[in-house]
This record gives sequence, structure tokens and C-alpha cells, in this order.
Amino acid sequence: MAERFDVRRQRGFSLVAALCFALLYLPIAVLVVFAFNAGPSVARWEGVSLVWFEKAMANEAVVEAALRSLTIASFAAVCATVLATLAALATTRVARPYRGLALKYTLINQPLVVPEIVTAVALLIVFARVKVWTGYSGLGYLLLAHTAFCIPFAYLPIRARLESMDLTLERAAADLYATPWRTFVHVTLPLLRPAILAGATLAFVISLDDVVITEFVKSGGQDTLPTWMLGQIRRSTSPEMNAISTGFLAISVVVVVVFFLSSRKRA
Amino acid sequence: MTTSRILPLVAATLLATSAGAALAAGELQIYNWGNYTSPELIEKFEKTYDVKVTITDYDSNDTALAKVRQGGHGFDIAMPSHNYLPIWIAEGLVLETDPGSMENFGNVAPEWRDPEFDPGRRFSVPWAWGTVGVVVDTDDYKGDINTWKVVFDPPEELKGRINIVPEMNDVIYAAIKYHGGKNCDGDLEVLKKVRDTLVAAKPHWVAMEYNTIDKMVAGDFAATTDWNGSALRQRLQKPSINYGYPVEGFAYWSDNVVVLKDAKNVENARLFQNFVMDPENAAMISAFNRYANGISGSEAYMPDDMKDAPEVVVPEAFRGNAEFSRTCPPEVQDLYTRIWTDLQK
Amino acid sequence: MTAAAEHGTGQPLAAEAGRRAEVRARWLLSAPALLVIVCGAVGPLAVMGVYSFLAPGPYGDVVWRFSTDAWVSVLLERDIFDGTLSLADAHLSIFWRSTWLALATTVLALLLGFPTAYFIATRPARTRDLWLLLVTIPFWTNLLIRTFAVLQIIRNEGVVNSLLLATGLVERPVQILFTDAAILTGMVYVYLPLMVLPLYASLERLDFRMVEAGYDLYARPRDVLLCVILPLAKPGIVAGSILVFIPALGAYVTPTILGGGKNMMLGNLIELQFGQGRNWPLGASLAISLMALVTAALLVYVRSTGGREAAHG
Repeated sequence: MAERFDVRRQRGFSLVAALCFALLYLPIAVLVVFAFNAGPSVARWEGVSLVWFEKAMANEAVVEAALRSLTIASFAAVCATVLATLAALATTRVARPYRGLALKYTLINQPLVVPEIVTAVALLIVFARVKVWTGYSGLGYLLLAHTAFCIPFAYLPIRARLESMDLTLERAAADLYATPWRTFVHVTLPLLRPAILAGATLAFVISLDDVVITEFVKSGGQDTLPTWMLGQIRRSTSPEMNAISTGFLAISVVVVVVFFLSSRKRA
Repeated sequence: MTTSRILPLVAATLLATSAGAALAAGELQIYNWGNYTSPELIEKFEKTYDVKVTITDYDSNDTALAKVRQGGHGFDIAMPSHNYLPIWIAEGLVLETDPGSMENFGNVAPEWRDPEFDPGRRFSVPWAWGTVGVVVDTDDYKGDINTWKVVFDPPEELKGRINIVPEMNDVIYAAIKYHGGKNCDGDLEVLKKVRDTLVAAKPHWVAMEYNTIDKMVAGDFAATTDWNGSALRQRLQKPSINYGYPVEGFAYWSDNVVVLKDAKNVENARLFQNFVMDPENAAMISAFNRYANGISGSEAYMPDDMKDAPEVVVPEAFRGNAEFSRTCPPEVQDLYTRIWTDLQK
Repeated sequence: MTAAAEHGTGQPLAAEAGRRAEVRARWLLSAPALLVIVCGAVGPLAVMGVYSFLAPGPYGDVVWRFSTDAWVSVLLERDIFDGTLSLADAHLSIFWRSTWLALATTVLALLLGFPTAYFIATRPARTRDLWLLLVTIPFWTNLLIRTFAVLQIIRNEGVVNSLLLATGLVERPVQILFTDAAILTGMVYVYLPLMVLPLYASLERLDFRMVEAGYDLYARPRDVLLCVILPLAKPGIVAGSILVFIPALGAYVTPTILGGGKNMMLGNLIELQFGQGRNWPLGASLAISLMALVTAALLVYVRSTGGREAAHG
């Protein structure tokens, strides 16, 4: 029997796709493999060793920066998700667009369309002045900045879910004499849960990843892991970088895979 | 991963690590050049005074000045170079801690006790001093390296493999000397030649980066302007890398520890200033960054490879070509800044 | 909320009052988010706009004196020595480099990403998720790590040069790092997933019956690709291009690490003004210029999708 003609096949596409995947993973693979290299350079393989991992973990600055990153990311993710949920509820399923709705959309999505460097220097300008006025130079500025740019990332999935959500269940609840509050807590929220989780995860990773805004806003001793790494790369490449990158990579992969698996089960 | 599961995880991690981390009595935020502070020194200081030290680094005097000037930085200690220190003092950025009357001041070498840039040492303490010169990998170039020609009018072998450390005043000084000018020269004729030389040389440079040690050793660069201690660290890793003292004229510099006016941990900062004037500690600093320090008695503790390294001990033949660079008057400094930004393309 | 309100079938007056209450409730709900965004993102942009009309202070910061120097300096400069006014070569070449690098990144990402997205979209449903996961993992990896990884590959002691030297193809390492090519490589690598994901979203919904119809009409695969698939995938192509072009235009980390401080892009030029350049107003005006470029790109996007997306925000 002759091979069935597949309308989906395009010549060369599979090859390019394979190339693309290979290119996507090659640099990361090199990083991970050489993290276990006994020698410091990627030019020579000098045997397997965990020495760089040990050095990285013993490095107080690294551990501290990592913890700070996690703290800020957790805070930003939680706050941004809560605020984004409220904002999503407020801006979706509108019977008739009211004044200011378009403005709200623009404002909420603003961090997505403005390049990070622009926001970073703007924040530098404002916070520098505020720091001098108030004398406060703690983590507050970083927390505020991170929450602000995480909001649109949390907002989008929640909004998408709300828009496509069917009102029947909520109407049914109302028919059964449930107050708006009870309807919200017992019907809407559970239906929104996957989207809220998606938004929170997205916000968490985006905050964890942030380099530019944190680099400009931070005060002394407030390095996050990415800014610490940036400083190292610019001013003194240490061979631990491969190991630290691998560790960071592992965290990201774990988060993504867990999220992926949990969302699959739901589907 | 619900948020309700993330928080306990974070809390547990924090708890686990903070149990081991130093619950120190105090803190100290140091703002220093990158790759310049001895980890052993910091460890010793932390243990001696039960203080948790955090170091943030910078890569040029201008960056440091800009950061501190804008306020709200959170640092206690900084290390401006001698030619910037008068600016810091004039701008009111440093605290008068009077190191001249501190316990260890007696160890400061006589020639460093009353410098032009901080008379009577009311603000600063010497950290390290050295020269600015040229570093070349002699595997790539066998000619004379004791000239600024290496970077400003490079030989064929080096074209496209040169780095310039972006310390503005060092580079402008070098170019001025290359054209026979003087310290803080404001002569427009000379400066025009300086600007033109720099702009013409730039296509032959491959980068303008601070991180020279790893990149020279790894072969990403074949030559660079650099400070002598950095050159020594490179030679120790790759013997073919040599330091050149340009005959047209090169500069001495000295970095100094100051306490910042809006420091939050003034007491600890003062302790640190005193701490680095101790000969053993000064030797620790030098052993790491490979620069000479201004503390008498530290020679006894210094590593052997520094004792007669050509990078540290300026050879007799070249000593006449050296002088300390200076803080230039504002109009001249302004010209230099404009030439420098002209160069950024 | 809407459900409850829609239930009311009362008189117009009561409905009007109910509607006003609803609008008020909506404003209240969105207020915290809006407040945070205004304080932490939008407000500072306005302040920066103000700063662009001030004069630079001697060692950074500003002097509160009105001056349009910052805006003039974006495009024009006065020669230090003969005072002649001319186009600011330095700035213009950086604008140009940023634009063409961002465009090149977008095109390369498209050329690599389209087949990849198509490939994933045409996998059987069971494995499709897995392929998608494989594409998103690099996306979720820190930008810095990915750029550092590229550094390790292209530097003189890196993987590429080691291979070239080992196979004897070259005698000395090829200088790849610190060139525009290095920045381009880094950016394509970093932004590729951002191109693949929207393309995939678009291609997944592709109705292959159209494709089949094309073949039924004796079209060749090449024609089917160009005349059927690409036009249908256009929303995805435009979305992906925007998602790549905008961050690429404002890139900062990648040119810093891979450009060596010599090949500056707009992001680096802006940062310079807040450091060694000591000219905050100029930094502010350059940042606003960058935003203007980005907005122009976005307008192109809105126009090309016929404003359909705009209605949904």
C-alpha cells in the first residue's frame, strides 16, 4: 500500500525543528556538563568533580542572594496574584464597557510593553530621591517594583479564564439563594484555581528571573541571585558560575515540570 | 505548586540556613572595586569583631561616585582612588573619622601619612597603591611593550585583540602622556589630538571591560591597559603575560578606605579602617590583590612572589617616567568626560 | 458579580443605580492593582519625563533648572573643540545598531521558530505537550544563565573554538565574542522561545482542511505553505515578532556580557548616562526615545491585526 499523503508535512521543517531544539539545549547542556568539570575552563575536560558545587554552597554571598531572590519572588508572586485576581474580576465580563476600562487595561499591561531598562532607570530616579527623603533603604523598593511588574503576568491567565468561563454555574448558585460572596468563594474561586495557580507560578518565575530592574533599584547588600551572577560575570568570572547556573536551572526546571504535571492531571 | 505550599517551603529553608548563618552582633556594608578584597581578611574581621560583612563591587571610580552621590545606597565603606578622594570630600560624601589618631596609625609608612589628597589623613586609610600600565601576552607579540603605542597605535599582531579598562581618567591620562602633555592638561591642542587618537584606536580594540584577569588568561584578549597587581595575578596564571611601563609616562595611584557620611554602621566602619592598618592584615590584602600597601612592617608577611616582582617593584629605568595623577579642575574634568563619552559608540 | 446584576429586571432607575454601584465596585476592586502599578511602574515614567527637561548635576543627579539640552543631545551634538553642531554620530549609530540587531533577531527567530512551532503543532496530541514542555524549559531559565551559556560557547576558549582548533579548521581561535554577531547569537538564543510559543498557539488552531483544499486544487507544498499556511498563521507571526522585537530593542544584559562594553545598544547607552556619563537628563530622554520606538512598533502590530486584539485589551 502506498504511503498516505500527509497534508501536514512540510519539507525540511522537521530538520529545522530538530536543529532548533538542539541549538536551544546545547548551551545549557554545556553549562551543566562543565559544572561537573574538575577544571575551570570549558576548553579542557579534567575529570568529574563536585568541587564547584561545594564552593558555590560554601559561598555565603551566593546562598544569601539565593534566599533573597526566593523571598522577593514569593512575596511578589503572592501579592501580584491577589491584586491581579481582584483586577481581573473587576475588568472582565463587563456587560457594557464603562469609562476608564480601556485605561485600566493599558495601565495593568503597561509593564509588558515598556522595555525593562526604561522602567529600571525611571525607578532608579524616583527611589533614589525617596531613599534620601525617608532614609529607608530596605527591601521595600524591590518588593514594590517586583510586585508591580508581576501583576500583568498574573493577570493575563486569570483574565483569559474568566472570559471563557461559563456563567451557568454562578447563575445556578444565585438561583439557590447564595449570596454574591458565597458564590464567589464556593463557585468562582474553585473554577479559577488553575488560572490563579498559572498566574502565581508565572509571576514567581518572572520575579526570580529579573535582572535589570533589580540591578538598578537595589541598595548595598541587596543582591539577588541574578544580580550577583551579573556582577560576577562582569567583574570576576569564577568557575563556580557553571555550578551556580546549574543549580538555578534545576530550580526553574523543577518548577516548570511540577506545574506542567499538575496542570496535565487537571486536564 | 500552590502559593500555600511555597510559603512554608521558603520559611523552612530560611530557618534551616539562618541557624547556621552568623547571627552577628553587627553589620558592615563595604563598597569596593571588584575582585579586590581578600576573603581571608574579611573572614578574620568578621570573627574578630562579630560583624557580618557584605561586599558590593564596582568597576570604576565614576560608577562609585555616581552611586554614592545619588544617595540611599546603604554602604558604610568605600575605596575611592586618590584622584577622586578630594571630590568625595568636597561633595561631603565622607565622614571625618580621623584615622590619624587611630590605634594602628603608627604603622602607616611615612610617605603615606600626609598625602596631598587627604592632608593629615582626616578621612582615609591606605588600602593599596600601584601603577597603571600595559599588559601584553608575549606569546602574541614579541616587540617592545613599554609604550602606550601598544594600545593607541597597535602593531598588526595585536589589532582587534586589545582591551581597555574603562577607567576614564586613567585612559585620558595615558593618551595625554602619549602626546607629551602634562598632568591635568587643559590645552585644547593636546586634547584634540587625544580625542582623535582614541577615536582612531578604538576600532582596534575588541572590548572595554573591567574583567581582565580571566579574559587575558583565557586568551580572549592579547593586550590590555591595566593595573599592576592585576597584571601580576595574570602572569602567575600564564607566565607569558608581561607588564609594560610606558616610557611616555605612566601614573601612580592609591586607593583609600573611607567611611561614608550616611553610613549606618559607623562604629564597625571605624573598626575596619583601623583593622586594615595592621601590618598582618595589610599583607593579607596585598597577598590577594597583589598590590603594594602603605603599611610598614607588612613586608614580613607578604608572599615571596611579590618581593621582587617587576609588577610591584618599579624597575629603576622606568621610575623617572612616573608621577601621581591628580584631581583636575572641574572645567578640565568636564572636557575629559566629553571626550570619553565621544568615544562611546 | 455580573450574573447577580444581570438578574435584576427592575425599573430603568433601579437598574441605573445598580449599574453605578457595580462600576464603583469594579473600581474598588481594581484600585489596589492600579495603585501598585502606578507607584511601581507608571508613575516613575512620568517623573523620568520631567527629569528629561532638567540640567545634569556635576556628579550625577540633576539640577532643578529647565533645559532642553538633553533632548537636543539625543540627535545633535556640539563638537568639543570647534563647536560645530552636527548629528550625534555616536547616538545614531547606537540607535541603528539596536534597531537592526533587533530586526535581525526577529527574522532569525522567525526562520528557526516557524518550522519548530509547526512541527510541534503537527505532533499527535499525546506527545504535543511534551514537545511544548521542551520548548518552554529554556524560556523559564534565567536570561543571565542562558547568556552566560552562550558566552562559554563562543569565547576563545569556548566550545566552538575548541572544536575548530581540534579539527584543524583554523590555527588560531576565531574572535566571535565581543562582536555584533555575538550579540545577535545571544539574543536569538534568548528570545527564540518567545517566538515559538505564540506561533504554536496560532498554528495549533490551524484548520488543516484548508491545507487539504489547497492540495486538492493541485497546489505544490511550497505554494500551500506560502498561500495558505502563512496567511492563516499571521496573527501568531505578528505576535511572536512583537514579543521578540520589543525586548531585543531594549536589551541590556546580553550586549553587556557579549558585547564587551564596546558594541553598545540603547540599553547600555542609557545606563552609561547614569554612571560614567553623569547625565541623568540625557539618560531620561534616551529612555523615552526607546519607548517611542517601541510604541511605534506596537502601533504597527495593532494596525496589522486590524485592531481586533485591541478591543479585548
